[in-house]
Amino acid sequence: MSPPTVRVCALYPELMSIYADRGNLLLLERRCAWRGIGFALAGAGLGEAIDPDAHDLFYLGGGQDRDQVLCAHDLVATKGEALHAAAARGALVLAVCGGLQLLGHSYRLGDEDVPGVGLVDLHTVRGDGERLIGNVAIEVQLPGLDGPRVLAGFENHGGRTHLDAGEQPLGRVLRGHGNTGDGGAEGVRRHSVIGTYLHGPLLPKNAWFADWLVATAIGVEPGTLMPLDDRLEDAAHAAARRAAGL
Amino acid sequence: MSPALGAKLAAARAAGALSRRAGRGGTSLPGKLLLRLEPRAIAQLAARLPRGNAVISATNGKTTTAAMVAAIMERTGARLVHNRAGANMAGGVAASLLGAAGQRGTIAGDLGLFEVDEFWLHRVTAQLRPRALLLANLFRDQLDRYGELETIAERWAGVVRAGGPRALVLNADDPLVADLGRERAVAEAAEGGPRGSSRADGETIFFGVEDVSVALAGLSHASDSKHCRRCGTPYVYDTVFLGHLGHYHCPNGDNRRPEPQVAATSVVLNGARSAQITLRTPAGTVEVALPLPGLYNVYNALGATALSLALGAGLEDVRAGLEAVSPAFGRAETVQVGGRPVSVLLVKNPAGANEVLRTLALEEGEHDLLAVLNDRTADGRDVSWVWDADFELLACRLRRATCSGTRAAELALRLKYAGVPTDRLHVVDDIAGGLDAAVAGGEGPLYVLPTYTALLELRRELVARGLAGSAFG
Repeated sequence: MSPPTVRVCALYPELMSIYADRGNLLLLERRCAWRGIGFALAGAGLGEAIDPDAHDLFYLGGGQDRDQVLCAHDLVATKGEALHAAAARGALVLAVCGGLQLLGHSYRLGDEDVPGVGLVDLHTVRGDGERLIGNVAIEVQLPGLDGPRVLAGFENHGGRTHLDAGEQPLGRVLRGHGNTGDGGAEGVRRHSVIGTYLHGPLLPKNAWFADWLVATAIGVEPGTLMPLDDRLEDAAHAAARRAAGL
Repeated sequence: MSPALGAKLAAARAAGALSRRAGRGGTSLPGKLLLRLEPRAIAQLAARLPRGNAVISATNGKTTTAAMVAAIMERTGARLVHNRAGANMAGGVAASLLGAAGQRGTIAGDLGLFEVDEFWLHRVTAQLRPRALLLANLFRDQLDRYGELETIAERWAGVVRAGGPRALVLNADDPLVADLGRERAVAEAAEGGPRGSSRADGETIFFGVEDVSVALAGLSHASDSKHCRRCGTPYVYDTVFLGHLGHYHCPNGDNRRPEPQVAATSVVLNGARSAQITLRTPAGTVEVALPLPGLYNVYNALGATALSLALGAGLEDVRAGLEAVSPAFGRAETVQVGGRPVSVLLVKNPAGANEVLRTLALEEGEHDLLAVLNDRTADGRDVSWVWDADFELLACRLRRATCSGTRAAELALRLKYAGVPTDRLHVVDDIAGGLDAAVAGGEGPLYVLPTYTALLELRRELVARGLAGSAFG
């Protein structure tokens, strides 16, 4: 039997990668390689269709306003249906920062209503208030893990994201602003569709979460993955928690 | 001078001296105090300079470019008021002017030379009203502090539209910056052409690199401005030199790289030491042996040349000035520590870091590195950018890498994922300890790559050990 492979599709890798999103992809790639798990990375840019069955994880990062608007329209027009089909069969969707905003139904940006792909029931509004910027730590509960875990990272968003009734956040804010700045909910998770404002190199600061994604993608329990020498990963996680004041 | 201003100058000076004696406050503190007492102090003091002001702004290279212009202009006999220490927000500019201001409306100098923070350019130029303005590049930098690139480009466009300097010097190879030349043309046309407007004989001077032998294979990951500002279509690059700098055009014909009047027609990079440039200018062509390394310093030299020519320097002054320039604080400066030459190269954003890494990669053999990552306000609280920098360029060439600073572990992790074996990685959080460990752990040159506040800390440490002078410049 050939070894399992994690097949990742990066959506708009040119335009939606403003906050070092490649750090996330690099973590997945290296941690797969060190364990003898295959890793295949594809990209889909503007106008390019995606095959819902060809990938285990779809990644969507953040972009500058202008680029994000371009991608939003393209996402709905050329990729929306396939993403819904992929999510329905349990493929992972990880949307970070601007990506989180595009997961929902709309993003009100001044006079413009930017459409979203509607994988989850949320909407985002860019108000006149200050951008929500800073180190952040949230507590999350994920299937297959024995208890709550902490994700630590950095948030920087002008939009306030509101979840509809019945939609669950990814986690509870321990330190930082979260979706709306009230320090309550952070991100969103509906089954395998995950969105968060913890931007850019979220996975380098939280190697355990990279492993959870890898395990989920190949359909094994996270605890069964081969352990790695994670001393530096643990130290980086600890430093990110300290930076958030945890 | 109005008596009121004189009293305010004296008060700001006294408070600054007091704070220095207490060991507090940076170079800009007296300037900040002055601006609190007199918000128009920059305009009032700058007006005393008979030859006016020149202003330099950019994401990367401001301090070095200003040092080059200073070296050139001092040869022409100019007496500069210059924020040499790199304090480049309004307070720093005000502090430089305060330091030069004398009694009864006098000032010790005839020409102002100021590097100005890219985010606050509009506020400072509103008071300085520079006769010449150099806008050199825009890269993604510290997004948590400064917002997005387009925001800064818009502010810069506002400065240009507002009726600005007689000479506007722009980097032809940076599409976001070069486009400002069009902003100016549009603003002038709206006023019925250059004649009769406040910019009666304004000139726009472009500079750029023409030697394609120093081009990159393609756009790097960290490239920023990849789309035409007019129609949103991705630019087509025939040549990429550095980040998103290169020879580009919009496939819809909306925009293309302007022809540079000041150009490097030939570039030879001598590792991490120096560069040889052939400069073509409207005043003639000249060979320059630049004592600073890397293509990024070639760009700095081009901008400095164009600005100095606009300020009236001759070509021979340009050559001699560029050849005599010494590295600015932490920009390829070398000191001896424990018998080893230690070169300090500031890194603060992906584009700048990539150029430093690319320049080090030109040196033969394996390298010892001390990399220091801080996340204080002046560094940017967000350290995400290290994942956008191409440490892969050097990963297989590192004999030993010591990582220090408030986010040392994340930097070490970055190097691990770039491919550096973990037995070559050492984490020593505190900078002094990191320096000792790095120096003791090898021989030959040691390259130190600090972020901004780490550079200041390192400098203090070297001064305390008597290994570096206490003052800038």
